[in-house]
Amino acid sequence: MELNRRKFTNMLIGGGLLGWLASVLYPLFTYLIPPRVEEQSLNSVKAGKVDDFPPNSGKIIKFGRKPVLLIRTETGDFRAFSATCTHLDCIVQYREDTKHIWCACHNGMFDLTGKNIAGPPPRPLMPYGVRVQKNEIIIEKPTNLG
Amino acid sequence: MKSNMVKKVYNWLDERYDLTPLIEFARHKKVPVHEHTIWYYMGGVTLFLFLIQIFTGILLSMYYQPGPDSSYESLRFLLTKVRFGWLIRSIHSWSANLMIFFAFVHMFSTFFTRAYKKPRELTWVTGFILLSLSMAFGFSGYLLPWNELAFFATKVGTEIVGAVPVVGPIIMKVLRGGSDVTGATIYRFYAIHITLLPALFMLVLALHLVFVQKHGMSEPEHLANLPESRKKYIPFFPNFLLRDLILWLIVFDILVFLAVYYPWELGLKADPFAPAPAGIRPEWYFMFMFQTLKLLPGHILFIEGEVLGILIFMVGGLLWMLVPFWALKGRPDQRIQPMEFIGVVVLIYIGVMTILGYAL
Ligand code: HEM
Ligand code: FES
Repeated sequence: MELNRRKFTNMLIGGGLLGWLASVLYPLFTYLIPPRVEEQSLNSVKAGKVDDFPPNSGKIIKFGRKPVLLIRTETGDFRAFSATCTHLDCIVQYREDTKHIWCACHNGMFDLTGKNIAGPPPRPLMPYGVRVQKNEIIIEKPTNLG
Repeated sequence: MKSNMVKKVYNWLDERYDLTPLIEFARHKKVPVHEHTIWYYMGGVTLFLFLIQIFTGILLSMYYQPGPDSSYESLRFLLTKVRFGWLIRSIHSWSANLMIFFAFVHMFSTFFTRAYKKPRELTWVTGFILLSLSMAFGFSGYLLPWNELAFFATKVGTEIVGAVPVVGPIIMKVLRGGSDVTGATIYRFYAIHITLLPALFMLVLALHLVFVQKHGMSEPEHLANLPESRKKYIPFFPNFLLRDLILWLIVFDILVFLAVYYPWELGLKADPFAPAPAGIRPEWYFMFMFQTLKLLPGHILFIEGEVLGILIFMVGGLLWMLVPFWALKGRPDQRIQPMEFIGVVVLIYIGVMTILGYAL
C-alpha cells in the first residue's frame, strides 16, 4: 500500500515534469522554424526583347525569388529551366562551348531538354514555359506544377 | 612596497576563500618529461588560438553588420577604411584555421599516446565536442562575409545536412531560416557564431580543463611502468608554463606573419542570381568528407550514395567520440597495436581524400 502510494505520487510528479518540459520546449522549437513567407503566386515574368538574346547564349532571369535559366539555342529557339541544380542547390549556367547546361559546383551536366546527362545531379532540371509575344520573351510557370 | 601590497591582497582573499589548496595544487602539479613531451603543448596552443579568436572576433563585431546588403559592404569598409581592419580580419581568419589544425594535431597526439584510457575517457569526449564546435565555428563564420564562395559553399553544406534521413529537412530549414540561403541565413549564422557557439565552447572547454587538472598529464605506458627514480618531471609552475608561453609567442609570430603576408581575401559579393563559379569548395577541414560524398556513386543498393555517405560519417564520428569505451587491446608482443593501426588508417584516409579534393 505504502509503496503503491509512493509509486503513484512519483508518476504524478514525473508526468507533470514531462508535461512542463514539453510546454517549455515546444514554443522554443517552433520559434526556430522559420515562418512561411507569403510567396506571390507569380505566373510569368518578362525576360526582355528577343534581340537581346543572341543564339547560343544563356542568362539567369529572376522569377520571383527563384533563378531561371533562359537559353537561346543555336537554332534560335528559347528554352527555360529552373537554374537550381538538382544535386546540391548550386546555380547552373549555359556553356556556349559545349552547348550544355553546366553546374560548376561538382561538374554536373544537363542537355538542352534539361535532362541530367553527366556528373552527380540525380534528376532533370524543372522546365519553365517560354512564349514570345510581340518580340517580348515571357517565361511562364509550368502549368502542371500549379 | 609592491610585494607588501600583493601580500595584503593575498591575505585578504586567503582569509575569505582559503587559497592554500590552490597554491598547494599549483606547487605540486608536475609534467612528465620524455620523448613525447612535445605533444603536451598542442592543447595549449589550441587554447591560445581560441583566445585570439575571442579577442579579434569582438573587435570584428564592432564594425561588421550582418545582412545581405551590409555584410559584404561592412567588411569592405573594414578592409579599406578602418585602420588595421585588414589585419584584424586576416588574423581572425588565419587563427581560425590554425586553431582547427592544432585541435586536430592535439586529438591525434592524444589518440596515439592513448591518453584517452581510464580515467581520462571524458577528457577525450569533451575534446571531441570542442573540435566539433570549432568546425561549427568555421562553417558559420565562412558565410558571414557573404561572398560568392561562401554563398555556394553554404548552399551545398546545408543541402547536405538536409539529406540526412528524417530530421535533415527540418534542421536545414532551421539553419537557413527558410528554404533557401538568404539574408535570414546570415542572421542565424551570425547569432550561432557569436553567441551560441562561444557560450557552448567555453562551457565544454571549462570541463575539459578541469578534467585535465584533476588527472594531471598522462604518461605513455612504457614510462608509467618505470620505477619512480627513473622518471623525469618538471614543475608545471613556472617551468612548463614558461615554455608554454614561449611557444605561444612563436605561434603568434607565425600567425601575424601569415596574416600580413597572405592577407585573407574578401572575394566577390554573393549574387543569388548568378551561376556558381568554378572552384566552389568547403574549408580544408571539411574537404575529406566532401570529397568522399563526391566520389560515391549516385545510388548504392537501395539508397542514395550521398545519404549513405552522411550516415557513415555520422556513425564514424560517434565511434571516434566513444573511442575510450571500445578501444581494442592488443597483446603486448604484437608489433602493430590495433588502435595504432586504426589511427593510421584514419589519418591516411583523411590525408588522401583531402589531397584528392584539391587535385581533382
Ligand atoms: C573559436 C573559434 C572561432 C572560429 C573558428 C571562427 C571562425 C571564423 C571564420 C572562418 C570567419 C570568416 C572569416 C572571413 O572570411 O572573414 C569568421 C568571421 C567572423 N567571426 Fe569568427 N570564429 C571564432 C570565434 C569568434 C568569436 C568568439 C567572435 C565574436 C565574439 C567572432 C566573430 C566573427 C565576426 C564578427 C566575423 C565576420 C567578419 C569576417 O568575416 O571577417 N568569431 N569567424
Ligand atoms: S550542386 Fe550542381 S553538381 Fe553539385
